[in-house]
Amino acid sequence: MTDGPIISIRGLEVAARSRHGMLRPLRGIDLDLPRAATTGLVGESGCGKSMTARALLNITPSPMRITAGSIVLDDRKTPPVDLAALDPDGAPMRAIRGRRLAMIFQEPMTAFSPVHTIGNQIAEMLLIHEKLDKRAAKERSIEMLELVGMPNPRQHFDAHPFKLSGGMRQRAMIAMALACKPDVLVADEPTTALDVTIQAQILELLQRLQQELGMTVLLITHDLGVVARTTRRVAVMYLGEVVEETTTEALFDAPRHPYTQGLLGSVPRLGSRRGKRERLPAMRGSVPSALAELPGCAFQPRCPKAVAGLCDVVKPQMAEVAPGHRARCLLYPEVLAASVALEAA
Amino acid sequence: MIEAQTAPLLEIRGLSKRFPIHSGLSRRVTGEVRAIDGIDLNITRGETLGLVGESGCGKSTTGRAILRAIEPSAGEILFHDRDGTVDVAKLGRTELKRIRRKMQMVFQDPYASLNPRMNVEEIIAEPLICLDHLTHKQRRDRVVELLELVGLNASYLLRYPHTFSGGQRQRIGIARALALEPDFVVCDEAVSALDVSVQAQVLNLLSDIQERLGTTYLFISHDLGVIEHQCDRVAVMYLGRIVEFAETEALLRTPKMPYVEALLSAVPEPDPHVRRERVAIRGEVADPANRPSGCPFHPRCPYAQEVCKSTVPPLRQVEGVTGPHLAACHFAEALSLRGVA
Repeated sequence: MTDGPIISIRGLEVAARSRHGMLRPLRGIDLDLPRAATTGLVGESGCGKSMTARALLNITPSPMRITAGSIVLDDRKTPPVDLAALDPDGAPMRAIRGRRLAMIFQEPMTAFSPVHTIGNQIAEMLLIHEKLDKRAAKERSIEMLELVGMPNPRQHFDAHPFKLSGGMRQRAMIAMALACKPDVLVADEPTTALDVTIQAQILELLQRLQQELGMTVLLITHDLGVVARTTRRVAVMYLGEVVEETTTEALFDAPRHPYTQGLLGSVPRLGSRRGKRERLPAMRGSVPSALAELPGCAFQPRCPKAVAGLCDVVKPQMAEVAPGHRARCLLYPEVLAASVALEAA
Repeated sequence: MIEAQTAPLLEIRGLSKRFPIHSGLSRRVTGEVRAIDGIDLNITRGETLGLVGESGCGKSTTGRAILRAIEPSAGEILFHDRDGTVDVAKLGRTELKRIRRKMQMVFQDPYASLNPRMNVEEIIAEPLICLDHLTHKQRRDRVVELLELVGLNASYLLRYPHTFSGGQRQRIGIARALALEPDFVVCDEAVSALDVSVQAQVLNLLSDIQERLGTTYLFISHDLGVIEHQCDRVAVMYLGRIVEFAETEALLRTPKMPYVEALLSAVPEPDPHVRRERVAIRGEVADPANRPSGCPFHPRCPYAQEVCKSTVPPLRQVEGVTGPHLAACHFAEALSLRGVA
């Protein structure tokens, strides 16, 4: 665990021109994924967490493209490579995508081709990346289906996606993503479409596979319960920026950013014994759109602790507010010093 | 006075909905899906009754059948109000229209439930136009009043749905449902599509409205955290039947049906120090078209015994507990199940 991160994202920006102005879903992301661990990425819809996942695989939806920053993949077997600098459709990127970096999506029904069997879709990965022959690819696909707990994997190899239930489809999706034994798995809301009992099964499966295969996982979710259960570190996003990043324990025990505090406070927790007539501490407003250009801190218009004349003027930078705990809020002297120094420069 | 407060607003008896399964070229009916299968439920005036379960358990069908948004196949829906008692299931079209002003619905998807070609005023005024005889001026005043009630600005009157966020749209949907001051509102996953910060705002709004107008809610949700926060009593559904029914506190602390225990243990706790020991249940919800014999939960139940495979357990009062607590399990008294701490 002493060696560097497998993925290191610096100053990543994604943007596109639109009729209404510049759309900027990612506004300078800094994020490290520690090797062989699960990192969580949380935030509300529109904060840019899914766009981060897509940028990582260099599959930003057109016309969105990476306009600045770097994504360095260092698997220690081959020289480090900056994914942001690669052509999305070029051979080097295609050789990495699917093989060294894989992704599972929220809705497996739309991620699978409806007209091919799931077995053939998993085998296709192996035919392309591992250059296996058809027989060997089929056997490996069946092994993968078995690994993810698909009942009767040999029969289900020939099943079309619509024949499977949501949970089974998500298992098949995981089998496909893991077919080439990737170093990094990006899981974008993998259990959001599932019922809680099935969600629990899929999360356990992902955790088991992460440990058995020594994979690095980036788990993207809006569900703080899922984060608490499965991740080692967590990054919280707001309007295209990471606003807080630390260990999972520290985030839940002592959240530093007012947005994180608000987010944790507004979840109705099962077993909290909060009386029925008691109001939930709700945050004002909602996440601004990717078009918004706000002076100073992006969260300031909704922030209960905002200081007029400071938060709406100075742009906060990310700084360490406790050992291993970074936040982007001017209420912390470390952040204020770093931000003012940068503005002066 | 107190009696009127606790009297049931709705008494539902044996409510069922069956959908035929057609197959083959001739589209012959070859089977049926019993989406809801004989539900009995009392909804007390002024309460929030939670209805939970996993997808496909029939909770939305129940909500819709009570309002006759879909036609129930059997059963009685007795609605008691100031003007007397009517069986909603037997009403003709004209009478149904009259009763609809007292029963409304808030939908899950705030993007699909508002007509994109109508502005906010037209959306909220539509129930008033259909059922009330107001002048144009009175109608506009009422719409403004409703907008304020749900925390929206009166200057939004002429704007169209696409200019609003999800949370604002849901508020418009709530304003529309409340336009006729209904006694009873079905909230079908009304906050499920919203982000947590906005979800908290809408839950608070629903509580405020209840306090001011005494509205009765049937609150359908799959989110047990939301249910705990919002509901006085909770009914849990599995494969079209109610399998447990009690006050929220009792149901969550001391569940009496193994499915409810498993459901509670599967909820991920937003606290990394708490690791709920999950009660492992096998497999997935059975197909309602191919219902298991005996107890519908027995193929997945860790406590199942021979009797569970052959005999359907009735929903009955659990013995030895204080207060009403109904469960459909042969071993409700014998098992000591784990609830949430």
